[in-house]
Order: sequence, then C-alpha cells, then structure tokens
Amino acid sequence: MPVDSYKFLPRSFRAGYEQGSFLADEPVWAPLEKPVTEASVALLTSAGVYLAGSQPPFDLEREKANPLWGDPSYRAIPRDVQQSQIGAAHLHINTRDILEDFNVALPIRALDTLAEEGAIGSVAAEHYSFMGFQERGAKEWQEQYGPEVAARIQAANVDALLLAPA
Amino acid sequence: MPVLARVIEAAGIPTVTVTMMPDVAEKYRLSRIVGVEFPFGHAFGMPGDREMQLTVVRTAVDLLATSTKPESRVDVEIEWPQDTKVAYRDWQPSEPSPIVAYNMARRAAIEEKRGE
Repeated sequence: MPVDSYKFLPRSFRAGYEQGSFLADEPVWAPLEKPVTEASVALLTSAGVYLAGSQPPFDLEREKANPLWGDPSYRAIPRDVQQSQIGAAHLHINTRDILEDFNVALPIRALDTLAEEGAIGSVAAEHYSFMGFQERGAKEWQEQYGPEVAARIQAANVDALLLAPA
Repeated sequence: MPVLARVIEAAGIPTVTVTMMPDVAEKYRLSRIVGVEFPFGHAFGMPGDREMQLTVVRTAVDLLATSTKPESRVDVEIEWPQDTKVAYRDWQPSEPSPIVAYNMARRAAIEEKRGE
C-alpha cells in the first residue's frame, strides 16, 4: 500500500500541495561511490533542533513579526549529543516529542546501531538541523546554506546524507 | 526541504529523503524517497520506539545501497500506532503558526468587508 501523503495534513492545505505536476525540470542524481557498508552517513532534519545553551534558537520572534519569513540558518549537531542538550524552535509543529526523544526527527542512535552492525561504514561526526518554514522559493537555502552544508559534508569525507522534513 | 535535498545532491552527495509527503517529494524529482505515513515532526517514528526508528532508517540505507536511478521510492509499511484523530491533533502546535494566523485574519477581514 502506498503511503497516503495527506493523511495528517489539514484539509485546507491539501489543494496547494496536490495541484500542479513537476516542480523541477530535471531529476537530480549522485551515485553512492562505495559500498554502503563502507560509507559514512550524516543526517539532516528541518525540525528546528538546536543545542540549548550553546547555540541560539532559530529566530521565531522575527517570524512572528513577519509571518511570511522563516529563519533560513542551520545548526550543526554533534554525533554524541545527549537528550538534555536538545532544544527545538519550530512554530509549525508541536515539538514535545522531539524534546522527549530527538531521534524521532534526527535518528542518530539508529545510525549508531547500523554502524555497530556493520550495515553502514560509520556515523558522521556532525549532523545538520534547519527550521522547515521558509519564504517562497527558499532562496537562501538554494544559494547560501544548502551549498555551505554540502561543502561541510564533503570536507568531512561523508559519503551520503539522509534528510527528513519536519 | 526538497530544495536542500536537490542542492546537496547536485553538489555530488547522494541523498535519501524520508518524508510523510512522498507524493510532494516526487514532484520535486528527488533522487531517493522513503515514504512514511506518520504525523508531521515524526519522520522516524514514535518517541522511545527504537525498533520503529531503526526500521525507517534501515529502509533509507537499503534504498541508498540498492537504487540505481533517480526518482526511486520505497514506502515503509508501518501503521502509526495512535488513533488518527489523536495523532492529527497531537502533531500540531498549541497555537496556530504565524502564517496560519495571518491567513485566518486576512480571510476574516475579507468576510467582514463582504458583509458590509
């Protein structure tokens, strides 16, 4: 059974997502250059996770003042992060479950298990967190922060990225 | 989020996107898509449920290992363990987001004008 993409979406939002066909002219593709059992894997979430106390939260005050704007910046989250360090700043979801278990959005512990099993080569030393609500077009993600994170991933010799929207 | 997946893949890094809206990810022609029928904010499952989280991550890693062409998609066959109405209410923020509040206020203003 294919997933119902709209099961948990408020009905009033549905038409906006369903209309139209392709939103990109071409597919994108980068092959995995080595066996997955040798690959280093990183995670990226858009759940607005940050390190409480050592990183600033995403700027929710500015979004409240300008509802069409969303903070486009990102935070790097270390592999050994503990639950007590986790904060979450996102006005479009309830962050309660993330504050209880960040792995619902950033499953570092599951990746650790796969690395221990030998199913992947290793878990990247850092992972990435964005806040998913962006201005139309997400210009800063396209032109600044997306390329910046890609460069960081390459500099760290990480081979693949698992992304999940909030 | 599909924007980030595209930019990073285009830079040469293979990506897998785990999403509750795989039909939308397909519209963005992403390389590898894992669909989950989970509420927003919970792409990898229930809090504290390591087995469910591991199943989703394993599905993503398997797709990374086996996919040979773009626009590959696999859906995870796990039914969300909560009642749909409860889960629908639980994922939402306690107050409407600024954009939702803004749109509600705008609609109300239009309705009011019509009524005059």
